[in-house]
Amino acid sequence: MPGATMVSEPTVDTLQDGKGGSLIALAGAWDIRALERQARALQQSLRASAGARDARWDLSKVQRLDHIGALLIWRAWGRKRPAQIDLRPEHEIFFANVEGTGALVSGRRRIDWFAPVRALGEWMLGAGEHVVDIVRLLGQMLIDSMVLLRRPARGPWREISASVYRIGTQALGITAAVGFLIGIVLSYLSSEQLKAFGANVFIVNILGIGIIRELGPVICAVLVAGRSGSAITAQLGVMRVTEELDALAVMGIPYTVRLILPKVVALSIAMPLLILWTSGIALVGGAISANLQLGISVNQFLTGLPAAVPTVNLWLGVGKGVVFGALIALVACHFGLRIKPNTESLGAGTTNSVVTSITTVILADAVFAVLFNDVGISLL
Amino acid sequence: MNGPKPTPAIHPVIQIGGLWTQFDDLVVHRDLNLEVKTGEVVSLVGGSGSGKTTLMRQMLGLETPTRGSVKIFGISLHDSPALILKKIRKRWGVLFQEGALYSALSVFDNIALALRELRVFDEGFIRDMVMLKLDMVGIERRHAGKMPAELSGGMVKRIALARALVLEPELVFLDEPTAGLDPDRSESFVRLIESLHGQLGFTVVMVTHDLDTLVSLSDKVAVLADQRVLVYGPLEEVVRVDHPFIRSFFLGDRGLRALSAAKEPVFGPALPGAAR
Repeated sequence: MPGATMVSEPTVDTLQDGKGGSLIALAGAWDIRALERQARALQQSLRASAGARDARWDLSKVQRLDHIGALLIWRAWGRKRPAQIDLRPEHEIFFANVEGTGALVSGRRRIDWFAPVRALGEWMLGAGEHVVDIVRLLGQMLIDSMVLLRRPARGPWREISASVYRIGTQALGITAAVGFLIGIVLSYLSSEQLKAFGANVFIVNILGIGIIRELGPVICAVLVAGRSGSAITAQLGVMRVTEELDALAVMGIPYTVRLILPKVVALSIAMPLLILWTSGIALVGGAISANLQLGISVNQFLTGLPAAVPTVNLWLGVGKGVVFGALIALVACHFGLRIKPNTESLGAGTTNSVVTSITTVILADAVFAVLFNDVGISLL
Repeated sequence: MNGPKPTPAIHPVIQIGGLWTQFDDLVVHRDLNLEVKTGEVVSLVGGSGSGKTTLMRQMLGLETPTRGSVKIFGISLHDSPALILKKIRKRWGVLFQEGALYSALSVFDNIALALRELRVFDEGFIRDMVMLKLDMVGIERRHAGKMPAELSGGMVKRIALARALVLEPELVFLDEPTAGLDPDRSESFVRLIESLHGQLGFTVVMVTHDLDTLVSLSDKVAVLADQRVLVYGPLEEVVRVDHPFIRSFFLGDRGLRALSAAKEPVFGPALPGAAR
């Protein structure tokens, strides 16, 4: 380091001056560069020296000083200047600045015993608020879309098409992979049980109903919520941060029509298609596994399927897709619009969006199960 | 400067030699040289695209020039071991244009971060130090618990300055220190930097578009144009150079106003273009 040879290490020396008093001499460089290595040791020797009564402090040999050094010394003094002190004039300023911190009051927080109760209440009110906001968003979007009834050419068709491509087409790979594996696993596990009862042919019923009616839609919705829901939230959140949403508003373009409607429509279109695709691939996986495990040929599996699974199940799956798609899009947009212009809010908003949309989808699925409990299940 | 003497250094604080910056076919800096001495306040000015910000980022080690060397405190930034670079990074402070306060940390924690990272000071000391720095930049202590998102632009700048100064740096980089502040705030921010520089005697390198800031703070001005440092010297020398950028930047209406408002008016009768 340049100049290092000219500056010596910080030292504390206590000397007796012969008249019963003591002289405490500080020397060397008392700045951050020297102190970051030996602050603890110096603090201790300063404290030890500061105990002496009527000591005279000699700081005139201090070669370099900064606020860190000054604060260290001043704290050892017990936050007040000793009576007798030799100080270089150019070092005066540091102690003058440091003395200003004397009246420090640390803002200690009071302990709030009702905090958990209050937090629970706030959480419940917050959840209610979310529901109201989502309904309001849906309503606003529908009102703003009324214009499109009169002038359909002005609709955001291009945005819808782009969203369908991004949300649907680009998700074909991942949904196929997951669906295929689920089909294999489900078929493999069920066939073990069925073999024990000699009920091999019922694999077609189990897979047919289970996948088309339940697993296909839910798995697909979870994947899309994680993949596209988070993307929508982050996109809207960034647009909020960069004031793009405000820019749209002042140009008189309703963001509900330009940004939210395309996402809701695109997801409602893409989701049922993705569900059909996922269910189809999952059935293929199931058929292959059934062939290997139970010796049911793929041909037998496919011909048995229409008899085992009433067509209405397919419509149920598709209907779920439309609802799930719209729900995911609305929840994702809602959380995106709530993001405040800071990075932490962006992260938290995206997480909340994905968790909420998956929860909402599963809740909606439960509602479907209750509403349609006597539809499409053929009892033997 | 009448403040405490900074480290007696043999090397200039910043030494840039033969620096080239090239993005594909676009040459931004061609054989650029610049030297900043201890205690100076140097402003980098230049038109947009002249590579001021790139140059500053290269001085900070955030970008690597295509060719040439950047030495800070006599140590090359681009081929020194990481341990030495770490030491250099404790000796400088940077004020980013938007403040770059960590949004997940409170004002207090933003300033305390660098002190805590040293792992030698106890919390009581750190608290005193943070309060001291807040006092120095004129931020009331009740704001210490706030999050950066709750602060106004002027406060963000001041707190970012406090954060930059917390380790008592010898070298301070200021990126557009007054951009985004209203005239009143920017005036008081300039005064603040001026007084801190007077007290602490650090070296300053700043990028600025604001002529008032430039006139009131800089000892020297480096004009970046034609891919190099066109002129480097005190303001009154710089304005006498005849070059299209200097004419339009300093000797337009705004420039002349700022120059004549300076404490010691910069231009005399011999100034080219001043007659317009």
